[in-house]
Amino acid sequence: MMCDECKKRPATVHITKIINGEKTLLHLCEQCAREKSIFDVSFNLEGEPFSMQKFLAGFFEPFMREFPEKSQPLSCDRCGLTFPRFSQIGRFGCSHCYEAFKGQLDPMLRRLHGKTYHVGKVPKRRGGKIRIKSEIERLKRELQEAVNAEEYERAAVLRDKIRELEQKLGRS
Amino acid sequence: MGVRDVSIEELLDTTKIEWINSTGPESDIVITSRVRLARNLKDVPFPHLLSRTQAEEVIDSVYRAFLTNPVLSKDARLYLMKDLSDTEKNLLVEMHFISPDLARDDRGAVIISGDRRISIMINEEDHLRIQCIFSGLDPQGAYELASRVDDVLEEQLDFAFDERLGYLTACPTNVGTGIRVSVMMHLPVLTMLKQVDRMFSTMAQLGLVVRGLYGEGTESWGNLYQISNQITLGKSEEDIIQNLLSVAGQIISSERQARRNLKGEDRLRLEDRISRSYGILTNSKLLSTQEAMGYISDVRLGVDMGIIKNLKPEEINNLFITAGPSYIQEVFKKTMTPLERDLNRANLLRQKLLR
Ligand SMILES: [Zn+2]
Ligand SMILES: [Zn+2]
Repeated sequence: MMCDECKKRPATVHITKIINGEKTLLHLCEQCAREKSIFDVSFNLEGEPFSMQKFLAGFFEPFMREFPEKSQPLSCDRCGLTFPRFSQIGRFGCSHCYEAFKGQLDPMLRRLHGKTYHVGKVPKRRGGKIRIKSEIERLKRELQEAVNAEEYERAAVLRDKIRELEQKLGRS
Repeated sequence: MGVRDVSIEELLDTTKIEWINSTGPESDIVITSRVRLARNLKDVPFPHLLSRTQAEEVIDSVYRAFLTNPVLSKDARLYLMKDLSDTEKNLLVEMHFISPDLARDDRGAVIISGDRRISIMINEEDHLRIQCIFSGLDPQGAYELASRVDDVLEEQLDFAFDERLGYLTACPTNVGTGIRVSVMMHLPVLTMLKQVDRMFSTMAQLGLVVRGLYGEGTESWGNLYQISNQITLGKSEEDIIQNLLSVAGQIISSERQARRNLKGEDRLRLEDRISRSYGILTNSKLLSTQEAMGYISDVRLGVDMGIIKNLKPEEINNLFITAGPSYIQEVFKKTMTPLERDLNRANLLRQKLLR
């Protein structure tokens, strides 16, 4: 049998596709099947090549073993997602899941990112304390650099800025 | 729901796409820089758990929040996935406005700005994916704009943010900054010399990933490669961008060096290949996407090396889009057999080159 798409190569992949609610059986060669799965969004070749979800599910499985199986599975009281379900689909159900699965989170984050805490942008509206804290952190790093480079004038300026911010933090 | 736009007709006009028509830094090698920020609404389940009504409410609130800034949202359009045909969705994916995942679920939507630099995907894996595309090597420029859009939206919307973990995302692989920075690079000579595999094998250790033009499995298409960061937690946006910039800088100089080092017979053979590719593009009757991408890549290299003189790099960026599998279908507004597509593609590319 020849491939339905290119009519040149032998068909080795057989897939059902749903077009307007009707099932159609397609016979494709490997190359056409791969191209279709890349370009055609209506075409979902099982596990290929968008297997990110599958990959992630495999990734999260080891974290499952760390829990006792007998008791009720851990779940999020806001969205109802259970931890076993999370490790299957690789996605949380809502932002509160991060709180609900806190105990399981850190080793996972360390494997994924090497770190377990955020550095970087903070929403302006949350502003206030978090923003000042991270600004102090940044200035402290800069101060260390200035000291290492023996740029004492710059260091003095930075030290004053840090003091000022620390006072602000204490007051608010 | 606000004004929705059903036809994507106007998106076919590539003269309106900023990144195609401008020339950013290092644009002889770097085609585009993209930044994507993942954000979620507080107290709303993540998209995969949303009902249709809830999903529409999310779309509505994001769209209204964006419209509060008349400058950024000037001539912006909202497209609902459920209103678009498969070909239209494929085209949006091909033009990098949306991801295949957004296209697969009809609860999603996308806002595209007038200059096509901003696209906000709604109800993809996260409630919001703010994406900005700039020409050339300019991830900072793309980040500044994305961050401005983020600021505008944040004034109206309550984002899920945790003091320790940063921006909370559906998948823990994106938590923290929620940032994905990618640069699309054209590396024909390193590919020809078979040096890309060796170079890319070290990427993982640097926290970076490499994909092809249209994602996994298209690595060799048009010699185009996307390099992006993988880690989003524990590093600031600036550090992530700097890391990518320094790696991209090294790749750029290797590609340039490799081009300069081509002398004697090797140079002659390459010039011959480039001229033949130009000949094929301006003379063939049938061209598949993958085949066309290869010739377009050669012509682009010819322009950058001064071998082909009558074309501008922007015009080649345009050809990469024109050669895509769905662009042809959308231009001719009908379903075509692969043979008809190849025929029309060859015609269109020839017209564009000989104009
Ligand atoms: Zn085939
Ligand atoms: Zn939850």
